[in-house]
Amino acid sequence: MRLGVLCSGGKDSWFAGYLAMQKEEVACLISVRSINEESYMFHTPNVHLVPLQAEAAGLPLVSVETEGIKEDELADLSRAIRLAVERHGIEGVVTGALLSVYQGTRIQRICRDLELWCFNPLWYTDPDAYMDLLLKTGFRVMVTGVFSAPFTADWLGRQIDANALRDLKQYVAKHRITLTGEGGEYETLVLDAPCFTKRIVIEESTEEYCNYRGILRVRHASLEAK
Amino acid sequence: MILIIDLSYRARSLSHDEFVCPVAHIVHRAGREWRETHFSAMTSDDLKDAEGIILCGTAIKDNLFATKVQEFSWLQTIPVPVLGICAGMQLLCRVFGGTIRPGCEIGMTTVRVDTPDPLLCKSPAFPAYELHSFTCDPPRGWVTIAVSDECIQAIRHPEKPLYGVMFHPEVRNDWVVEQFLSLCTGVNGTCPRSAGERKKSE
Repeated sequence: MRLGVLCSGGKDSWFAGYLAMQKEEVACLISVRSINEESYMFHTPNVHLVPLQAEAAGLPLVSVETEGIKEDELADLSRAIRLAVERHGIEGVVTGALLSVYQGTRIQRICRDLELWCFNPLWYTDPDAYMDLLLKTGFRVMVTGVFSAPFTADWLGRQIDANALRDLKQYVAKHRITLTGEGGEYETLVLDAPCFTKRIVIEESTEEYCNYRGILRVRHASLEAK
Repeated sequence: MILIIDLSYRARSLSHDEFVCPVAHIVHRAGREWRETHFSAMTSDDLKDAEGIILCGTAIKDNLFATKVQEFSWLQTIPVPVLGICAGMQLLCRVFGGTIRPGCEIGMTTVRVDTPDPLLCKSPAFPAYELHSFTCDPPRGWVTIAVSDECIQAIRHPEKPLYGVMFHPEVRNDWVVEQFLSLCTGVNGTCPRSAGERKKSE
């Protein structure tokens, strides 16, 4: 089955895509760039790097822009998926939805209306097992946004390795965050994955941080051989 | 041992991760021994040690199971509790002579309990996640336990502990699966308290 992966550039969409590649044919990535930082569906600080990731993975990309107005942005997502059907003949969509009924429901409805399959391979997954597997399979994931206590500024740009995962697990116990960041506590960017033939190198970035909220914006990045 | 059956279009598909793994996670967390199998690979040995059986849901576009009803005739004589979730409820319905018809719900809805039953405790109503394109007209004699505005949400065999739920309890209603597990051993499970009960006790 030919599938398109909804991709924000973060760990969940890429890991879902990676799982899809083990079982079906991933034909393209689908990306919606929101110009509204408060978008319910699509805001991620570094979604502009998805084209570079697509190149690293050797996958075509279908990308559309949205103003990010609640519910209206769904029409833009539907447009992006329809484009992927036209250009790449996809029969279904893969998402990295973990727990968000809001996001999951809306994507399911769009797929139903377009008569497409909808797969959410991380849906209600065991967070500990998922994060362990993410590291074990060789994903290099960087934190690019923090949005809750107790995340300090030094989390911006930090790679999620064994030490970072141990810290996150302590935060789960003490501060009741979600381990995966599904509650919006942090955002990530995938720099390398088993399905990448090249890895992403950040050449220039800027950081903003205040009161447990911060964003790392990548200004320049490139690909290097693995 | 709880036997968890994958009803999706292919063994180890992407739907397995979405519809079987979350259920298995709840059973595992409850400390119960479990085993999973795809319906196409089931043998009589799989049923031998089962103390309870869970038939999992499928993707909204996946109705292959509905063409394989004859492969599930063993449900008519199974002596242990069965919980059919969404596609599983549709299958139970068909095996026992009920029918299914188009009827779609996607997202959260309110499930209202019409007939008190150990599976749904005494909760008069609760929010539940729906993902189905067909609804059930239950087999003759089966009891309707719960409904939503759209369709029948939970049914029970008149004599045996065979249950079907149209909503997906693995999403936000783990307690329904836990309650089913308690029915498999005859031990009372923990029901969530209603708002009224919480107020009284506080």
